[in-house]
Amino acid sequence: MDTGSKLSRRDFIKLATLGFGSLSLAAGCAPQHPAGRAVLSDDDAGLLGAIADRIIPADAWPGGRENGVVSFIDRQLAGPYRRFRREYRRGLDAMTGTCLEKYRKRFEALSTEEQNSFLREMESGRLRDGDWKGGFSNRFFEMLRSHAMQAYYGSPRHGGNPNYASYKMMGIDYPPIIGQNRYRF
Amino acid sequence: MRNNHVNAVVVGAGAGGGVVAKELSTAGLSVVLFERGDWVSFEDHDNDELLSQRTTVLGNAFGPDDDRYRRVVVGGDGSTEIVYPSDGAYSNIAACVGSGTVSYGAMAWRFMAEDFRMKSTYGTVEGSTLEDWPVSYDDLEHCYEKAEWEIGVAGDSSLNPFAAPRKKHYPMPPFSYNREATMLESAMKRMGLHPFPIPMLRNSVPYSGRPACVRRRTCCGFACPINAKCGTHNTVIPAALSTGNCELRTRCVVGSLIIDASGRITGVEYFDRENTKQEQTADVIVVAASATETPRLLLNSTSKHFPSGVGNRYDWVGRNLQGHAYTGAFGLFEEDIFDDVGPGATLAISDFSHHNPGIVGGGILANEFTRLPYLFSNIRPPGSPLWGEEHKEFQRKYFRRNVQVVGPIQEMPFFDSRVQVDPAVRDSWGIPVVRLSGHRHPKDAEGTEFLSRKAEAILKEAGAFQTWRHLPGSGLSGGQHQAGTCRMGEDPQTSVTDRFGRVHDTPNVFVSDASLHVTNGGFNPALTIMALGYRVGEHIAGEWQKGNRFK
Repeated sequence: MDTGSKLSRRDFIKLATLGFGSLSLAAGCAPQHPAGRAVLSDDDAGLLGAIADRIIPADAWPGGRENGVVSFIDRQLAGPYRRFRREYRRGLDAMTGTCLEKYRKRFEALSTEEQNSFLREMESGRLRDGDWKGGFSNRFFEMLRSHAMQAYYGSPRHGGNPNYASYKMMGIDYPPIIGQNRYRF
Repeated sequence: MRNNHVNAVVVGAGAGGGVVAKELSTAGLSVVLFERGDWVSFEDHDNDELLSQRTTVLGNAFGPDDDRYRRVVVGGDGSTEIVYPSDGAYSNIAACVGSGTVSYGAMAWRFMAEDFRMKSTYGTVEGSTLEDWPVSYDDLEHCYEKAEWEIGVAGDSSLNPFAAPRKKHYPMPPFSYNREATMLESAMKRMGLHPFPIPMLRNSVPYSGRPACVRRRTCCGFACPINAKCGTHNTVIPAALSTGNCELRTRCVVGSLIIDASGRITGVEYFDRENTKQEQTADVIVVAASATETPRLLLNSTSKHFPSGVGNRYDWVGRNLQGHAYTGAFGLFEEDIFDDVGPGATLAISDFSHHNPGIVGGGILANEFTRLPYLFSNIRPPGSPLWGEEHKEFQRKYFRRNVQVVGPIQEMPFFDSRVQVDPAVRDSWGIPVVRLSGHRHPKDAEGTEFLSRKAEAILKEAGAFQTWRHLPGSGLSGGQHQAGTCRMGEDPQTSVTDRFGRVHDTPNVFVSDASLHVTNGGFNPALTIMALGYRVGEHIAGEWQKGNRFK
């Protein structure tokens, strides 16, 4: 998306919000999306997938996006994490707005290096102005990080970690009863 | 329809209340046992880490729920925050038949003689309400024994030279060590320490008609799929029900005690499973609802005779909230140690429970319960990344190569760490909720500093190439080991109950849970709560049989 270089910061935020602020995430109702999600729009899902792949990058084992982080978060935002919807809306919009302002690109379009460096800025709480007031950036980063870890390392019944892929990676994907189906690397 | 009058009401079907219900109903008293939750089973929650009693991020598998319950927590700066049961600050105790005994790690510790004589042993601690219990270890010894045999404990105390003397051995042999415990045992012995198998409320062999443990990794924090873990839900509560004298009323929330015009407490007012307000009258009322909910119930029960709550004439109800200052260390090793022999914790030392230079009390150290994958994703050495490639690599490389040695430091009671009822916030039944405020006594930090260094030294001796300690914060304690809020004592001006758990100023209201603990020991408290249940239950039943109707 070429947004030009002369747009003001305020315009970037507007653009960001118009472009992909999900009504459902903001309003708290949950229409079905074409992709089968309950809460997240396609743009939200794209951004969260990119974040998930930095928090848990793909290597010989799946990355966060492939291992169901987005579907976990979507499902929980329609369940026990309803109470975090407002933070997600604010946080995702703030990420997009800040990335457009700083890199003239959305987070998803940044290089791996740029994405990591941006997330480190969030984690450290060095983003303090505008949308990030009140220590929000590290709080939101910690929410993203812990939810991604829950998705990746938790039970598949909550929408992430299909077929216990992370358990397989850790060598504990057999039924947890001693004496059955155990193996070692 | 009016409920029939009964001899005794017990509020709370957990570690204390389950035992009291059994003692009273087998002695012939008619009993109604109230539980705000319901029966739960393994099938309800499987082995789902995110919905366990260890990791409650998606809710409490064993209740209570986030929709109907809430509490208020007062911060260090005086600000208040509403918290929900799945938040750590709520200090949740499971709401189900058996309560925490369904999902606990099931360590079955007897306190030591010193734990009942803390002030006599260590003297006055400035700023602390440290005090002796009005009962001694000897008074409670046969109650511990009853708990061990009726509920079921596996262990071998002959290997622990610091254990308090006992008249009878455990009913079941101890569990074998897993690989990490075997490794730690050698290291501890080289250091001149005295490792022994942790006594466990878990069947090491078939016992009481239930099978032996199959040692799953999902044990601590979960219900047992084969009923090998021993709680009140599969021992004393069924025994109480089988007498025909005890009715268990689940999904019933007791809001207050009924006080008549003369100031006598005649029963309880509760909301049944349809949320209809009902009354249950009784001769004796036993409150066993946990160290946060018991004071809430007493404080929510007011009349002209009890203007600030039942038992609260001298403002001691809800005071001295304690838990355990957990501390220890992690170690990383060059080779695989994890052998997935659950539940992980199998070995302990009691060398540092008492008489440590410069420390008041102390605590046991044990190898820790299995850290499941999500929980482990938060365990990293200081300075290590908490996300990204290195984090993922650590997750798969060190899940099998990390060992944690951990223990509970006995906390110094602090008068201003307390449970009150909030003046404004109500739960979904309209009952004023628990308001928590205070902080740990500064002395606790000396204990955790001491014990964590011992844990780290053990891991180094065992061959860890990297170690790091973990220390608790100085904020309010409580948690699943919550205790102390209706302390026993001889003096009604500085305690809430007498030496049998009877609330001062009342002839017929008793407390039987960890609220009674004057101090909370350097041990997991479940067996002591059960032992106190036997003490309170025996006392009421014995008096009843002598004709005392507690008028």
